[in-house]
Amino acid sequence: MSFLTIENLEKSFGANRVVKDFDLSVEKGEFISLLGPSGCGKTTVLRMVAGFETPSSGIIRIDGQEVVRLKPNQRNIGMVFQAYALFPNLTVAQNVGFGLKVKGTPKSEIDTRVAEMLDLIGLSDLGGRYPFQLSGGQQQRVALARALAPRPQVLLLDEPLSALDAKIRVSLRNEIREIQRRLGITTIFVTHDQEEALSMSDRVVVMHEGIADQVGTPFEIYNAPATRFVANFVGTLNTLEARVLDPASGRVTLGQTEIALNRPLPGPTATLGLRPEMVSLGRGTHDTALSGTITEVDFLGSVIRLRADLGGQSLAFDTFNTNRIAPPKVGDRVELGIDAGDLLVIEG
Amino acid sequence: MRRFRPSLTWLGLLPFAAFVILFLFAPTMKIVFGAFQRADGSFTFENIAGLFTPSILSSYWISIKISVASSALGCLVGFLMAAAVILGGLPKGIRSPLLTFSGVASNFAGVPLAFAFLATLGPLGLVTVFLKTQFGINLRAMGFNILSFWGLTITYLFFQIPLMILIITPAIDGLKREWREAAQVLGATGAQYWRMVALPILFPSILGTFALLFANAFGAVATAIALTGSSLNIVPIMLFAQIRGDVLGNPHLGYAMALGMIVVTATANVIYIWLRLRAERWLK
Amino acid sequence: MKKFAAWAILLLGVTYFVLPLIGMTEFSLSMRRGEYSFDAYAKVLADPQFRQTFGYSVIMSLMTIAVGVLLVVPTAFWVQLRLPQIRPLIEFITLLPLVIPAIVTVFGYIRLYNTSSWLPLTGSLWGTNFLLLMGYSTLSLPYMYRAVDTGLRAIDVRTLTEAAQSLGAGWVLILARVIMPNVLVAVLSGAFVTFAIVMGEFTMAALLNRPAFGPYLQLMGANKAYEPFALAVIAFAITWACMGLFQLVTRFSKHTKAAG
Repeated sequence: MSFLTIENLEKSFGANRVVKDFDLSVEKGEFISLLGPSGCGKTTVLRMVAGFETPSSGIIRIDGQEVVRLKPNQRNIGMVFQAYALFPNLTVAQNVGFGLKVKGTPKSEIDTRVAEMLDLIGLSDLGGRYPFQLSGGQQQRVALARALAPRPQVLLLDEPLSALDAKIRVSLRNEIREIQRRLGITTIFVTHDQEEALSMSDRVVVMHEGIADQVGTPFEIYNAPATRFVANFVGTLNTLEARVLDPASGRVTLGQTEIALNRPLPGPTATLGLRPEMVSLGRGTHDTALSGTITEVDFLGSVIRLRADLGGQSLAFDTFNTNRIAPPKVGDRVELGIDAGDLLVIEG
Repeated sequence: MRRFRPSLTWLGLLPFAAFVILFLFAPTMKIVFGAFQRADGSFTFENIAGLFTPSILSSYWISIKISVASSALGCLVGFLMAAAVILGGLPKGIRSPLLTFSGVASNFAGVPLAFAFLATLGPLGLVTVFLKTQFGINLRAMGFNILSFWGLTITYLFFQIPLMILIITPAIDGLKREWREAAQVLGATGAQYWRMVALPILFPSILGTFALLFANAFGAVATAIALTGSSLNIVPIMLFAQIRGDVLGNPHLGYAMALGMIVVTATANVIYIWLRLRAERWLK
Repeated sequence: MKKFAAWAILLLGVTYFVLPLIGMTEFSLSMRRGEYSFDAYAKVLADPQFRQTFGYSVIMSLMTIAVGVLLVVPTAFWVQLRLPQIRPLIEFITLLPLVIPAIVTVFGYIRLYNTSSWLPLTGSLWGTNFLLLMGYSTLSLPYMYRAVDTGLRAIDVRTLTEAAQSLGAGWVLILARVIMPNVLVAVLSGAFVTFAIVMGEFTMAALLNRPAFGPYLQLMGANKAYEPFALAVIAFAITWACMGLFQLVTRFSKHTKAAG
């Protein structure tokens, strides 16, 4: 049985159902991200696990124990908030030791644990500072240490990086992941940033209008999106309409090109997805060639983003910049190489 | 020319400085110096020494007691009411009327306030009569008298509580939801959150309000005079009588009494500033 | 549980505040034996002394507001524009009247400006009125300054001033035409508080022997049975009106800010 299980979780605020029939099983030590646009219900799920919101129905179990009826202070959970949730009147060390102090832990034990935690986040010499004397990144590391100090069963991270500068965000996310691995703590991470979710997680839950659209590894989410929403929300995706010639074998025409997808396809048309980086200029070693006219050239430095018209459908694709070949110009007729296996069939 | 410019800049403050010096500082200084002078202008400690008579000392003592009691109760009740309305899950519509009413009540001091309480808790007051006729409770026989320490304290609360509500409401609003939630998730009970986080954060505001309420009650003349006439010997009433008719028989004793008032309110504020500096190491 | 406690606290508080208001209203209506009547009000309103003292206090209130505006707006403006470093000091000074009891200040006035002093203000009627006006102005200083300072902080004083200067405006014109209209709402909110304070003020007027509304109230309280309560109701109504207007103005300013 999984360490943390959520079954049939529902939450309504008045007539507004913000979380619908949500299921999730998290293994011990796993890092799971809830990814979705704002208002998708991901934060509400997290707050229900923490105990700040009571589910309208459903079950949440941590280590076999049903926790829905427990108050937040009885759940033994660590949580890091979006920003500025450190207690401003307490020093860094007092913040980190807070969870132990309220449990009545002896002072010497608190001091040892606080030192250990400050060492973990690399801020050993800042224990006497007040939060206002720290940078945003330092504050969030202290918040992490504070959450971890009482040895929680589960760590919840509610967009902990979104208030920080881009540079610190990247270094801190590596640090968080590293600490999480070292302690082997089961973690749920809420974010609207797909890069964060993909780079940090063992598995990602993509949420949309209160529903978990897809649960999978970052690789699965990116390469085999289960729904149109996931396909569009995670990464950049071209969606192309193809005419189905033979539903049984999955032969379709895309523009003027016939392609065998080798899987059954219902209906007279199918929606296909294609990542820009899967397309190359010129057929090369690819198994399929499409022909089109260049309509847009964006020179981005190392990458050139192009857009071509395939007889009425627009396809964005990338090519690396080299100084040997000049990039195509708008209006050029080009041949584009793709592999049939890279085409995603998008359902729904 | 470069030297001349700054002085022109300061010249812009001249009207304000003149006003403050003539009508705030100079009169206060006059009191301070007068307290150490004889009628002929020579220096003396006699006036200060003259304060140490039983009747004057007891008037200071009663004044301080009333001021401390009414500001402490005002802070407590005002805080509870503000917290109840902001954090107690009451309908949001209550908040704005409460603040408006607080604005009114905190300014409804002086003589009319005394009348309102005479009409309520005086010998023939609404509540006094109601309790006597309906429940047979005789407030007077129980020792309650509107012209007393408790009577005055209860009356002062009418402007003390609203003042506290007005000042503390923005401070309570400033408590972040994340602090409470972080404390909860770390295992703290509601009481622990208040003791270790919320109250220390609010402490400077509460303290400042207390100092303000103290000065407010200590200098209140009108309510006391209208309520008690001259039957209760508190400092402002004695000083009022002294200014009017030199009841103490020594004009310069009045200076000393006034100086005493300044010393008391100044001490309250020095204590406040000192405590605040200690409490606010985490700010700035 | 929490909600219950909150309601209980609120209801207790409301009871405490409402009972005295009911008490004074009830008394003010009880002049005629056995039935409620407005007799006390009729008596009060017909009293020439009421009209005189009331009128005197209204005029003093308006003049206090005028003095406050003329004193505070240019000062706060100048401090914000040229001397921001001394703002804490000015703020501290403006708060002093909350700490120095009014009775002490007025006692100082009486001794400093008596008939045998260098500036014998209390020697003449005009001088005493002026002294009272200054006293009232110190009382209103904390409220007026805070209101105006907040109002000024909400606008970009420097840019507005420089724009006006580049168009050739002098200081008086800048203050009157550029700064004042922008802080009018703040000034009004300070003005209403000032009005409420001056209308009810007792100590200064009584000790300077001026026929203001506050001493009149006290006099009536000492000598009449029902009229004082009618007066208290009237005074409460005035305070309520001032604070109501204050709220209205503040809310209005929020709306215009949101729109602008």
